[in-house]
Amino acid sequence: MQEGAADPGLYDYVSYRGRTPFAWPGGKKAAVWVSPNLEFYELDPPANPHRKSWAKPHPDVVGYSHRDHANRVSHWRMADVMTKYGFPGSVSLSVALCQHHPRVVEDANQRGWEFFSHGIYNTRYSYGMDEAQERRIIEDSIRTVRDATGQTIKGWLAPALTHTPRTLDLIAEYGLTYTCDLYHDDQPMPVNTASGRLISMPYSLEVNDHYGFFVYNMSPRDYADTLIRQYERLAAEPSGTVMCIPLHSYLIGQPHRIGPFEGVLRHIAADDRAWITRSGDIADHWIANVGDAA
Amino acid sequence: MSLDPAYLEYPRRREGYDHDLYTWSPMRERPRVAWPEGKPLAVWPVVSLEWFPITPCDTPFRAPGHMQTAYPDYRHYTSREYGSRVGVYRLLDAFAKAGAKASFATNAAIAERYPSLIADVIAAGHEIIAHSTDMNGTIASGLPEDEERALIARSLDALEKATGTRPRGWHSIARSQSFATPRLLAEAGVAYCCDWVNDELPYVMTTEAGELINIPLNHELSDRQIITVQQHSADSYVEQMLDAAHWLTAEAAREGGGRMLPLQLTPYIMALPYRIGSLEALLTKLAERPDTWFATGADILDVWGAAHG
Repeated sequence: MQEGAADPGLYDYVSYRGRTPFAWPGGKKAAVWVSPNLEFYELDPPANPHRKSWAKPHPDVVGYSHRDHANRVSHWRMADVMTKYGFPGSVSLSVALCQHHPRVVEDANQRGWEFFSHGIYNTRYSYGMDEAQERRIIEDSIRTVRDATGQTIKGWLAPALTHTPRTLDLIAEYGLTYTCDLYHDDQPMPVNTASGRLISMPYSLEVNDHYGFFVYNMSPRDYADTLIRQYERLAAEPSGTVMCIPLHSYLIGQPHRIGPFEGVLRHIAADDRAWITRSGDIADHWIANVGDAA
Repeated sequence: MSLDPAYLEYPRRREGYDHDLYTWSPMRERPRVAWPEGKPLAVWPVVSLEWFPITPCDTPFRAPGHMQTAYPDYRHYTSREYGSRVGVYRLLDAFAKAGAKASFATNAAIAERYPSLIADVIAAGHEIIAHSTDMNGTIASGLPEDEERALIARSLDALEKATGTRPRGWHSIARSQSFATPRLLAEAGVAYCCDWVNDELPYVMTTEAGELINIPLNHELSDRQIITVQQHSADSYVEQMLDAAHWLTAEAAREGGGRMLPLQLTPYIMALPYRIGSLEALLTKLAERPDTWFATGADILDVWGAAHG
């Protein structure tokens, strides 16, 4: 990006009108990917001068233990529902989870899920890092995920969505192909970087379960209805859209929410317009068949 | 610009947790718990009995539900009192009608100020657990340890004096603890706390003063969260609880063992005239389900402890 410029120059303006429709594999209209955030939050993390971690003095019992519910109870509850309807996960991973709870990571890997990095911990922020420090967390992410799962990460979602002006350039330099940190489009798009090649992968804050339940205060059934509306619209528009369902099992896997959510997956799985897939597969297909053809 | 090098060091990056309060285990792999009569779902109502001084204290923090206007805040002082005068009796009647037993998380001040209420709760067969001194009795890091120890002792002593029984359970205001709280509770002889929301079955916390059981009281399912914070209707609350009951029962059948559905109720929230009917309908529906076991925290602890102790 152009550091300090009013327009950071992340990408070129391309209006939605006039784009050439394209089909996803199998002639599908909308690529649907589910993104479980598999995270580890520290009970007593060091302070980052630019952002507070917990809202309360440590230990923030509710903040910490709510998120810990994921790694004891709700990961499996959410994952079983996804597997039942044929949805693989594309995991936004706090890579230290590979050390803390390797069996959670192993469970996701065995289900055929993809991993990309969401930083080391969701309580360690990139704000204020120098280039060498940022390189260390990228290298740590690549190495840790490879050692734990055999996979080479292709994507990045900044830890707790904290960036530096050089993050996108660096991940492109390390060979990652997509970022989930830009929300300007419903289709993959090229991102301007100093070197390498990077695309923006449509993630979503708006239909993220965290926004649904804690920003918009939706009931479980309202959130399920929101996801179905989002899907129906994206599948009805000219072909080549992407719908991401970003999840946190400690939210969606609560007992009052998982039932309505199961209905969403049943609905999408029964519709023949959806390419139910992983973010890396979307990136690979788009780069090879759409981006290169443009 | 760069960060302190320590920010990229992770001394507790290891298998298991970054603390020693409890150990990791996935719920579905633990020994199965069997509730009485083979019922798959323990429904655990927890009622907060709270007294808010009209002179709020912000150290270490102001409790949720506390005074909000400039002094004197008659509107919140009296609205909370409504819960202890009127609302709680609607709850007691609703529990009686459904045949449900509950745990009443009670401020010491309630026992000291309103002994007849405590007598009515006890007479109905409910459990009293400790819930600090009054709503100025919040706990967090920064509260000196000797003050926290004294606060815990005062809370337990007052309830024991009023009821003749020392409470086995503890619920911190806003579930907020310091690093010392589990140890201080174990030291004070408390058998269980219900502050950590990371699980759906009881589990063991280990402290230097011995074990403490945590019975998770899901804050996401509380009336405060759903009705006051998320601003859903009482009917939506009921629908959410029934969806949860349905899911948990099916999960218990699939995976074996029992599940828990905690219902955390606040008299000044759920027992208002326009909401109580919804709760009564929920309790009736739960009571009609053959898979419901209404239980107090102590009941859950005894059954779980017999199998896991």
